[in-house]
Amino acid sequence: MTSAGGGLTLLQTCALSLLVFTGASQFALVGALAAGGNPLTAAAGAFFLGVRNTFYGLRLSQLLALPRAVRPFAAQWVIDETAAVTLAQPTRRAARIGFTVTGLTLYLLWNLTTLLGALGAKAIGDTDAWGLDAAGPAVFLALLAPMLRTTTERAVAALAVLLGLGLLPVLPAGVPVLAAALAAPIALYIEGRRQGEVRNGAPEEGSYDAQEEDR
Amino acid sequence: MTVWIAIAATALGCYVVKLAGLLVPAGALERPLVRRLAALLPVALLAALTAQQTFADGHALVLDARAAGLVAAAVALVLRAPFLLVVAAAVLVTAGVRAIGG
Repeated sequence: MTSAGGGLTLLQTCALSLLVFTGASQFALVGALAAGGNPLTAAAGAFFLGVRNTFYGLRLSQLLALPRAVRPFAAQWVIDETAAVTLAQPTRRAARIGFTVTGLTLYLLWNLTTLLGALGAKAIGDTDAWGLDAAGPAVFLALLAPMLRTTTERAVAALAVLLGLGLLPVLPAGVPVLAAALAAPIALYIEGRRQGEVRNGAPEEGSYDAQEEDR
Repeated sequence: MTVWIAIAATALGCYVVKLAGLLVPAGALERPLVRRLAALLPVALLAALTAQQTFADGHALVLDARAAGLVAAAVALVLRAPFLLVVAAAVLVTAGVRAIGG
C-alpha cells in the first residue's frame, strides 16, 4: 500500500487505518509526510478531507435516530460509503442495518487490506487493469440515482458535479468536494424564490422520518 | 515520532468531525429548511465524489476508460438492472476499454 512507500512503519500504517478510517484523509496524510511536510500541516490537510463526514453525520443522525450513548461508537463509521448506503434505504430499520453492515464490512476489509498491503502482498497486481477503479463511482452512482427524485435533487447533483470538477484543478485536495456542498443551499435558495416562499411545515417527500412519527 | 504526532492529530481531528454531525441535537434539525438542507448536502457531496472518482487524476481532469465504465453503469441503471449488475457493467467496460488500449 501507499503507506509503506511513504516511509511509515507497519504499526503506523495499521494504526492509521484503524484510528482514522477515512481513505482520502489517510492517503493525503501519507502523501504529505512522504513529501517531507510538517506533521501538523499534513494532519491539517487530512482533516480538511474529513470535514465532509460532518455533513453526512447530520443526515445520518436523523435517519438512524441512534441513542446518545451509541453515537460515539457509530461515529467512526460515518464515511462516504456508509452514508451512501444508509441514505438509499427505505425504512429506518433498513437504514440501521445498512449502516451497520456497511460500516463493519468496510472497517474489517479496509484494515485487513491495509495489513496485507503493508506486509508487502502484491499478489493482486494492478487492480486498475481489471477496471476495479470504476467500481467505486459506479456504486456511488447506483446508490445516488434513486435519491434524484425531484428537480431540486437533480439540480443539486448537477451543480455539485460542476463545482467538484471545475474547482478540482485550482483548489487543494478535499476542498472542491466541500465547495460542491454549496450546491445544496444554492438549490434551496433558488427553489425558495421560485415558489415565492419556502413552504413551512410541509413534510419532506418520501421521507420516512415523517411517516414514522405519524404512527 | 513526528509521524505518530501526525497520526494522532489526524485521528483525533477526523473522529471529531465525524462525531460532530451525529451529536447535533435533533431539535436544531427540526426546522423544515434545515432538514431539507441536511438531506440535500449528502446528495451534493456524493455527486461531486462520483464525478471526481471518474474524471480526476490528481489535480487534472481526464477522460479515460473510467468514463466509459460509468456510462455503462448509467445505462444499466436506466434499464433497471440489479445493483451488482450495474457495478459489474462499469468494471467490465472499463477493463475492456483499457484492454483495447483506451
